[in-house]
Amino acid sequence: MTAAAPEPKANMGQPVPRYDAASKVTGRATYASDMPLDNPAHAFLVTSAIAKGRVDSFDLDDARAVRGVIDIVTHENAPKLKESKLFSNGGYAGTTIQPLKSADIAHDGQIIAVVIAESYEAAREAANRVKVSYTAVAPSASFGSPGTTTAAAKGQNAQFKEDPQVGDFARAFDEAEVKLTASYDTPPQHHNPMELFTTSCAWMGDNLVIYEGSQYVYGLKNGVAEQLGIDADKVRVVNPYVGGGFGSRGSMTPRTAIIAGIAKRLNRPIKLVPTRDQGFTITTHRAETRHEIRLGASRDGKLVALRHEGAEVSSRPDAYCVGGTKTTTRLYACPNVASLVSIVRADRNTPGFMRSPPEVPYLFALESAMDELAVKLNMDPVELRRINDTTVEPIGGKPYTSRSLMACFDEAAKAFGWSQRSPQPKSMSDGDWLIGYGCAATCYPTQMAPSAARVRLQRDGRTRVEIAGHEIGTGAYTVIAQTAAERLGVPLDKVAVFLGDSELPPAPVAGGSNSTASTCSAVMMVCDQIRQRLFKAVMPSDSLTDKAKETVGLSQAPSTQAAKSDRPLDIEKAFDALGAGVVEEYGEWKPEGAPLDSFKAMHSGHARIVGGHAMKDKIAYAFGAEFVEVRINRFTHEIRCPRLVGAFAAGRIMNPRTARSQLMGGLIWGMSSALLEATEIDQRNARYVNDNLADYLVPVNADVAGVEVILLSEQDDHINPAGAKGLGELANVGTNAAICNAIYHATGQRIRKLPVRLENIEA
Amino acid sequence: MRPFSYQRASDPDMAVRALSAAAAASNPLTKAAAQPLAGGTTLIDLMKLDVMRPAAIVDINSLAQGWSAIEPGSEALRLGALAKMSDVAAHAEIERNYPVIANSLKLAASAQLRNMATLAGNVMQRTRCSYFRDVSYENCNKRNPGSGCAAMDGVNRMHAVLGTSDQCVATYPGDFAQALVALDAMVEITGKAGTRSMPFAQLHKTPGNTPDIETMLQPGELISAFSVPGQWPRSVYLKARDRQSYEFALSSAAVALDVQGGTIRDARVALGGVATVPWRAREAEALLKGQKFDDGLAQRVADAAFADAKGRQHNGFKIALGKRVVMRALQQAVTMEIRS
Ligand SMILES: Cc1cc2nc3c(=O)[nH]c(=O)nc-3n(C[C@H](O)[C@H](O)[C@H](O)COP(=O)(O)OP(=O)(O)OC[C@H]3O[C@@H](n4cnc5c(N)ncnc54)[C@H](O)[C@@H]3O)c2cc1C
Ligand code: SF4
Repeated sequence: MTAAAPEPKANMGQPVPRYDAASKVTGRATYASDMPLDNPAHAFLVTSAIAKGRVDSFDLDDARAVRGVIDIVTHENAPKLKESKLFSNGGYAGTTIQPLKSADIAHDGQIIAVVIAESYEAAREAANRVKVSYTAVAPSASFGSPGTTTAAAKGQNAQFKEDPQVGDFARAFDEAEVKLTASYDTPPQHHNPMELFTTSCAWMGDNLVIYEGSQYVYGLKNGVAEQLGIDADKVRVVNPYVGGGFGSRGSMTPRTAIIAGIAKRLNRPIKLVPTRDQGFTITTHRAETRHEIRLGASRDGKLVALRHEGAEVSSRPDAYCVGGTKTTTRLYACPNVASLVSIVRADRNTPGFMRSPPEVPYLFALESAMDELAVKLNMDPVELRRINDTTVEPIGGKPYTSRSLMACFDEAAKAFGWSQRSPQPKSMSDGDWLIGYGCAATCYPTQMAPSAARVRLQRDGRTRVEIAGHEIGTGAYTVIAQTAAERLGVPLDKVAVFLGDSELPPAPVAGGSNSTASTCSAVMMVCDQIRQRLFKAVMPSDSLTDKAKETVGLSQAPSTQAAKSDRPLDIEKAFDALGAGVVEEYGEWKPEGAPLDSFKAMHSGHARIVGGHAMKDKIAYAFGAEFVEVRINRFTHEIRCPRLVGAFAAGRIMNPRTARSQLMGGLIWGMSSALLEATEIDQRNARYVNDNLADYLVPVNADVAGVEVILLSEQDDHINPAGAKGLGELANVGTNAAICNAIYHATGQRIRKLPVRLENIEA
Repeated sequence: MRPFSYQRASDPDMAVRALSAAAAASNPLTKAAAQPLAGGTTLIDLMKLDVMRPAAIVDINSLAQGWSAIEPGSEALRLGALAKMSDVAAHAEIERNYPVIANSLKLAASAQLRNMATLAGNVMQRTRCSYFRDVSYENCNKRNPGSGCAAMDGVNRMHAVLGTSDQCVATYPGDFAQALVALDAMVEITGKAGTRSMPFAQLHKTPGNTPDIETMLQPGELISAFSVPGQWPRSVYLKARDRQSYEFALSSAAVALDVQGGTIRDARVALGGVATVPWRAREAEALLKGQKFDDGLAQRVADAAFADAKGRQHNGFKIALGKRVVMRALQQAVTMEIRS
């Protein structure tokens, strides 16, 4: 076994290589903009140079004169589109700011014109020649800017129903033996997936095909249909591969319906490839947040009071918020908890999901504060977590379905060499470099959503699995194929998986790390339907059928034998008995606690995600512990992070290779978020400044010297049939705090604002 | 990007003719209608961003045969203008006798870029000021003379603290030029009237009231070579940056010393990442000459190097950082082992 393919432990699948590995590394995998179109026209966007105000006029003469220009679409002649509600308010859209509807401008880089031409080059040149006169109004950029408004999230955002609290925080804090009050800041960030935000639209009569990297083909299909005012059955979204999403492709952006509308009018396929910097303003982002944490503890380290107040920036019309207090108020045992989330409205585009949306900013605050508390208590930070570990969340008193937090801390501490740490700040160094060790807990809710699947088994074992799930780079093809192969007892190389097409049975949004649990549970159920039919054919008597039913029951561990009955199921024999060459089954699966309208919603592109803290009588999270070494140059104050070690437990690990890859990427992402990534805003005009990959820094190989991922065995029979907890968003959560905690250890300086840059380290 | 004509120069004369033909007297070089194309890693970028809009491109890569030699000699090192960054960085004699040059190149950009990019293109690269590179910002005196400077009170963390004017605070971003300016290099320029040489230190111009004029080159002139007198085995290039590789300097120092019997005979200090042009700290160097090195001296040198520095809202840290970088580079140069 190589490091990339860890030996499976108990309750782990095989580390089989990715189904799509070869086609990806050889460039054969087709992304949305690779899809061939018949005689396409090319679109290039013109975006606003002001964040607030209006377009007074366009001078298009120069642009129109460019050879090959077909049309220039502005608010004056744009296709009329219907409105769409915000994703988090039950709609499909990532923003309700609809460009090209009027001359108004609500944020920097808003689409104000679309140039259509015979070639990409002509469209780009003409776009460069569009002249715009604006009336600009002074915008509010962010926290602290004049003109922002602030109000509690509760009551504004349909998904933020309560500010969790329990006991009497004020009194307990007042009386606490040890107290900490600290404020933390996180910056705006952008996803910057490798694949640009392209869209191609082609009409065939009344039917529309959209090629677009999407994390939710059913959502996009229904959303675009709604905006165009046509039947959703006429719209098909296709994207067999998605070049990274990280949340940016979870909700519909305004560009899609605009391009579809123009393609219809021109009666010609249109391909849009926006630039990298346009990607910063035509999609969503992670908003900046501010936090105040208050912790009260007894001398021996038991938390007696916890308060988390968070504020998040959103746009003027949309109350987007992530509200991570739902997690931070439940992570540790504490009898007196209070919290409050508020939303600050500024003249910005609406923010949206970005990898672990609530947990990244909110756990940065809490896990930094826990480290500060450990320092106050003169206690090892791992021990502080142990003292406050719990099997029951404090707000509703519900038990965790499984929780391996301390096992993760112990494993990761051992692998990291935590015992070699001398606890005094500034006590470790190596030549020019001060060394710091730090750690933090990480967690992510276990979520599931209704999903359908179609499975077809042939007599020779060839199997076809169809599901409108998404390969966003996580390994979805691979784990779905593994699930079907194991369940049906056919060799893996006979299984073909089809994803990323809204003509296939619906799957939920690839968000909230619910995909593996949801799609694999659906695939398991449908494979069982096939097994039932085959068993019935070879064992027609009722008692035998019952026995067969029992052996294909959901709780049975997958086996390469058809079932654990007296004799293995001989597929060929079963087919002969059935008198058929192909068995095909379709099924719809929903998780425990999913609402009544789940399946209806599933078909109309609304994912009814359940799990996490919102379950009726239990709470489900995946946990991990992360340890980092930072090195800070005494002279330049450059901060490097040569070692990242994480241990994680997430129920059944479907494939240790793809799981490790996700977690490794998460750790690196977390380091990037702590030390490099921030979208800079020009406060005067509410515009993004570093909107390109040379200035928006992400780590390069030289920044990532060592990453170690440890997968712990964990079995959880209370979450979903697959027994899997989502882990795609697990690893990038704790790293931010772990790094700041290590910086404190190296320098004695506590930094509460991300990202940490060399100028934040004092002499 | 806008349409342009493309021409491949087969010899220097043809290149110079093609470049001068399109030159209009009133335009500075940066706005000249014809631009030479070397590795293209700056020029094509800026054309795609619509910042540079040349009507004609004169590809000079076919001059590489005559213009890319790396010729170390006992009197001077001669470097052809079209030598690739990566070839110069990995040259054994340059690594030995001019570590400051080798490292200024190794620590620059990425391996892919260094394989494409030439020395002349490198010294002619343009500022990374975000407002300069984004044409949707109107106020940029460098791109759009007289329009103001968006960076002055904007996001200016990367900007310069030395050599600035009230018209422009853009940093000269390259690394290699600091080594050249420290070592008293000469630059050889080929133009209509033949070939002339001048001190490399005079090539770049501080912004003053004309930030759009960046160098002394005239349209139709090409850099054909650099030459560096002497040998500087005791030399260091130290670069502080936000990430470990593939990132411009927040502050850098090119230091070269001649130390005999513990006494500093000659000293060179140049600064990068902090100034509007490749910056030679002559007053600071003067303090070193004839002295024995200690940390107190290093501190005085660093203070002198930044005596005139002016920080703005987000880049004030560069003054303290720059001083520490100078001190550390001096310490490293003093203590480095010289292979003979
Ligand atoms: C992401 C990124 C990171 C980078 N990081 C660094 C870094 O850390 N340090 C660093 O030093 N550089 C860095 N660079 C810049 C890079 O080194 C330069 O782009 C490169 O050296 C330019 O060389 P070229 O041959 O490609 O020039 P070109 O792009 O071909 O030319 C650049 C300019 O010089 C002119 N020119 C070319 N040849 C001549 C000549 N012979 N005479 C006169 N004028 C000429 C061109 O007309 C053009 O205006 C980075 C670049 C990028 C894109
Ligand atoms: S610093 Fe110079 S290049 Fe940058 S905006 Fe100001 S004038 Fe333009």
